[in-house]
Amino acid sequence: MGHQDVKFYQTGTFTVGNRLLPPEQRSVQSEIERTNSLNCGHRACQGCGEALGARYAIDAAMRATNNQLVAVNATGCLEVFSTPYPETSWQIPWIHSLFGNAAAVATGVAAAAKVRARKAGQQLPEVRVIAQGGDGGTTDIGFGCLSGMFERNDDVLYICYDNQAYMNTGVQRSSATPPAARTATTMPVGEHPGNDWGQGKNVPLIAMAHGIPYVATASVSDLRDLEYKVKKAMSMRGARYIHIFVPCPLGWGSASHDTIKLARLAKETGLFPVFEAEYGEVTNVSKIRQKQPVEAYLRLQRRFAHLFGKKPQVELIARFQAMADQNIHKFGLLGNDKAVVGFPDSEHK
Amino acid sequence: MLKQCEGSHAVAEAVALSRPEVICAYPISPQTHIVEGLGEMVKAGDIKNCEYINVESEFAAMSVAIGSSAAGARTYTATASQGLLFMVEAVYNASGLGLPIVMTVANRAIGAPINIWNDHSDSMSQRDCGWIQIFAETNQEAADLHIQAFKLAEELSLPVMVCMDGFILTHAYERVDIPTQEQVDKFLPPYSPRQVLDPAAPVSIGAMVGPEAFSEVRYLAHAKQMQALELIPKIASEFQEIFGRDSGGLVRPYMLEDAETVVIALGSVLGTIKDTIDEMRADGISIGVLGINSFRPFPVSAIRRALSHAKRIVVLEKSLAVGIGGIVATDVRMALDGLDKRIYTVVAGLGGRNITRSSLHRVFRMAMHDQLEALHFLDLEWSIVNKELDRERTTRRSGPIAENILRDLGQTKSNVG
Ligand SMILES: Cc1ncc(C[n+]2csc(CCOP(=O)(O)OP(=O)(O)O)c2C)c(N)n1
Ligand code: SF4
Ligand SMILES: [Mg+2]
Repeated sequence: MGHQDVKFYQTGTFTVGNRLLPPEQRSVQSEIERTNSLNCGHRACQGCGEALGARYAIDAAMRATNNQLVAVNATGCLEVFSTPYPETSWQIPWIHSLFGNAAAVATGVAAAAKVRARKAGQQLPEVRVIAQGGDGGTTDIGFGCLSGMFERNDDVLYICYDNQAYMNTGVQRSSATPPAARTATTMPVGEHPGNDWGQGKNVPLIAMAHGIPYVATASVSDLRDLEYKVKKAMSMRGARYIHIFVPCPLGWGSASHDTIKLARLAKETGLFPVFEAEYGEVTNVSKIRQKQPVEAYLRLQRRFAHLFGKKPQVELIARFQAMADQNIHKFGLLGNDKAVVGFPDSEHK
Repeated sequence: MLKQCEGSHAVAEAVALSRPEVICAYPISPQTHIVEGLGEMVKAGDIKNCEYINVESEFAAMSVAIGSSAAGARTYTATASQGLLFMVEAVYNASGLGLPIVMTVANRAIGAPINIWNDHSDSMSQRDCGWIQIFAETNQEAADLHIQAFKLAEELSLPVMVCMDGFILTHAYERVDIPTQEQVDKFLPPYSPRQVLDPAAPVSIGAMVGPEAFSEVRYLAHAKQMQALELIPKIASEFQEIFGRDSGGLVRPYMLEDAETVVIALGSVLGTIKDTIDEMRADGISIGVLGINSFRPFPVSAIRRALSHAKRIVVLEKSLAVGIGGIVATDVRMALDGLDKRIYTVVAGLGGRNITRSSLHRVFRMAMHDQLEALHFLDLEWSIVNKELDRERTTRRSGPIAENILRDLGQTKSNVG
């Protein structure tokens, strides 16, 4: 079937229909042959951003690798909701070992694939490996293994699904939890309600500091961008990292139907910069289309409810705004600005 | 080929001959020489088609091993002591998933106080982890057991820990017969996994299992170890056919027929015990020894059979179950359930303390005359113990034990000197 040539204004919008696009620009999700790697029947909550993110990412990776993919999963919501005994939602070879070792297990799978390829007289292994985990499994308990995998430049794409807390155990704070957020271990009580300010870890930047070939952030609100990044990552060898922003209705106290909206607002406020980096240097950022105030994002989530109410905490909201503005400056998220963060590395790995 | 070499070197050669495909290494004494040797062999191309990965921790070592084994590669790693403890979560995971990884444990004490010398505390701490645990008596046996371990692991789809005494074996130069590649290839077929991560036939490994089937999964782990009780002797006899050597098996009796007193032990100390027994036999004393080669699975029937004539048993072990006494002894007791025999536990050689023949003569004789306490600590220096106990009784802020004791020792020494 032929396709209709599209005018420029159509591809630049969010509304453009797939059937209007040339096939190479259509999303993997829109195709009949998509692999449904994470199939229906899993037990995720309604509106779960992590389920969506995993589905998008793994289907895209399957397409990019001609279905020669193995996934290693850290313990967490994604693992639990996808494999309730005796069922599995995974249509791909998949292994769950522990909470904190997904990156290392993936290194092992990649090593085995390498040996297999060498024995078959191939230069590079056909079978590719993805490790995936939540923010807790990535930025906290799995961080040692992750950093080791990066440093050795093992042939693994690690995907972090960041919902900003330990959701599977009932919404506790992780090092990816934003300040002021209510979690089960940072309750909105006392003089400094919610999560403390001035803490937390920026793992995409730390990944870049390892000088690995590819680091990107992505969001479930931008399917095409997410798929593009996964595809690009799979076209490269060595250690790669994609950090995907995945709202969690249960943990955030947001409406199930607001998952995509929240993800978009996180990007449009500047709170979650969406960018790409190669060998430590930012190569591309998704510009903010229409800058939104942080309040628009915060208000939709009960985890920040204590900032509003009868006596809004204007100071704290302003502090959030300052955080967003700092990101906008650091990553050059507006207009023709350029990113000012990065770890230039003259000698590529 | 006969070689005068270090135990670690012999093990590295045996592992190399077993054609490993992935080796992960993280250094800890006294395991280091094994993985150093293997690293060199991979780099030099002496081991073909093998990935050697320098990982960032033991936890990562076992995790990488889990990944490569699940992806169908023959996988090896080695550790000891603190390293074994550092990887524990992954150790249980490997056996729970049924992955035939082979790991050397170069047995070493566990701190605090930190101590690099030999005892069996490390592997004993993992006695319930679901791995098969076999102990080597000599460097020859250590080398042989590694070749057998791959076969055993892969036939059962279970991981195997080969335990060898740190320093005493790993660093000792002995004559070892290193087999030929042809022999090993004849004995050990290429790895054919029961489960594998393969895009051509996708499976999910490591799914969550709730109360509805968890007991069954655990029982199956036990059932596999029971199968190992049959398989271990079978593999040992296959090994003997090809290599012409008696290595491995479940238990190893020495001077057992008619022995009234039987000593039970594991690992290299069996050599010293046998020498002692030779001397006692020369004096007309009815004594023998039973070496336990397979600690997990614990060969209950074989032990019961071997000890049927014994009147009393002395379990000499390099480990201590703090708060109760022996670890091996407890298992031996269970094996002898319902039989009327005295069982003595002798805790010996902790943290590398020498186990001398003269001390062994003394405790064995005490046991023969039923004058030994049920739980005896070989060559315990009571003056040190009492001094510290006394200090703790009289001084609230009595300070760190290790430092106190070292100071006491220094005083004793200077008193003497
Ligand atoms: C060693 C270990 N510690 C703690 C846990 C308990 N645990 C399981 S999942 C989980 C939270 C996972 O959080 P995250 O990685 O952010 O994934 P999410 O569930 O949010 O997707 C925790 C704490 C565990 N399984 N293993
Ligand atoms: S708790 Fe959050 S991450 Fe977990 S399944 Fe529900 S929505 Fe998804
Ligand atoms: Mg999370």
